[in-house]
Amino acid sequence: MIVGERKPINEILEMTKPFERIHVVGCGTCVTISLAGGEKEVDILSSVLRIAARRQGREVKVTGETVERQCEKEWVGALKGKVRDSDAIVSMACGIGVQVVAEMYPDVPVFPALNTTMMGYPTQHAVWLENCRACGDCMVHLTGGVCPIARCAKQMMNGPCGGVQGGRCVVDSSIDCAWSLIYERLKAAGRLEWMSKIQPPRNWEIAGSFGPRKTVKEEEVIT
Amino acid sequence: MATEAVVSSETKTEANEAFQPRIVAFCCNYCAYAAADLAGSMRLNYPPDARVIRLPCSGKVEILYILRAIEDGADGVMVMGCLEGDCHFLNGNYRATKRVAAAKKMIAATGIEPERVEMFNLSSAMAAKFGEAIKDMTEKVKRLGPSPLRRSVTK
Repeated sequence: MIVGERKPINEILEMTKPFERIHVVGCGTCVTISLAGGEKEVDILSSVLRIAARRQGREVKVTGETVERQCEKEWVGALKGKVRDSDAIVSMACGIGVQVVAEMYPDVPVFPALNTTMMGYPTQHAVWLENCRACGDCMVHLTGGVCPIARCAKQMMNGPCGGVQGGRCVVDSSIDCAWSLIYERLKAAGRLEWMSKIQPPRNWEIAGSFGPRKTVKEEEVIT
Repeated sequence: MATEAVVSSETKTEANEAFQPRIVAFCCNYCAYAAADLAGSMRLNYPPDARVIRLPCSGKVEILYILRAIEDGADGVMVMGCLEGDCHFLNGNYRATKRVAAAKKMIAATGIEPERVEMFNLSSAMAAKFGEAIKDMTEKVKRLGPSPLRRSVTK
């Protein structure tokens, strides 16, 4: 899922300082699961904004709600009434959600309350690992189900590098070496000879280095 | 200037002595709440400023509970859970400790003194410690003075 992290409270307070009617909007999908921008987090941030305003002796009306998916116009359209009564929107969605709200309500300033950090795999409650970078050309069938693009600090296609120490990454010893994991997985599966297959250089254009990407499923497009 | 400062500080101290704090105490059913019961049976004296809210475990405390109490004008918030390692639900008190720390940070960012929120650990047999905790918190909150939000509520 998409993982987000709430910006520091001070930063959010600074952004919203000039406004008196603030609507905080959460998203009920990825960032709810990643505990950053769901109903609970909307309530917490709304409460903090109210406390800060009253501490400064300002009259600020803060309301909050969470839509099912902030990345879809159908859901964001339902905010219309509340947006009309607000002079600022604080979005607790990923960057996509913030942009959808900004596009649909251009007259009201929209502030991001989260930093969208990554696509993450929850290893335990409230801990996520970046196991995929959306490179656009998946190859994990060759690497025992471990992605070297996301999980190798050097994004090596033919690893490991010389820096691996006891299965740990040379960049940070708290990170597993992806290529050590690949080796162990392939060995356990009896496919160790796959390690010696040389992987050709990748086409990084489809990984986004050639500008923003667009995905179209032609047969489903409604014209 | 120095004289003014002394006078103002004296006035503040007098005002704080007259001030009756409103403290919300979230108490775990298995320790602090039972300790409060015991303190009652033992006829122990402690300040009457804490409003006790019984919870099944201190791990039930959400950051939002603490924020709402502050928002509604509480001068102090206590979260009282079991001794470390003694939680009836294994680690609820550790979770509460982390949430209290997070709430303190948020409150500090808004300009409210984070000392208004504290975590306490005790067992059901510690009636005297329960009384002491309420007394300590009451004294601390009296030193801090009324919550700025409470003042704005009463305006």
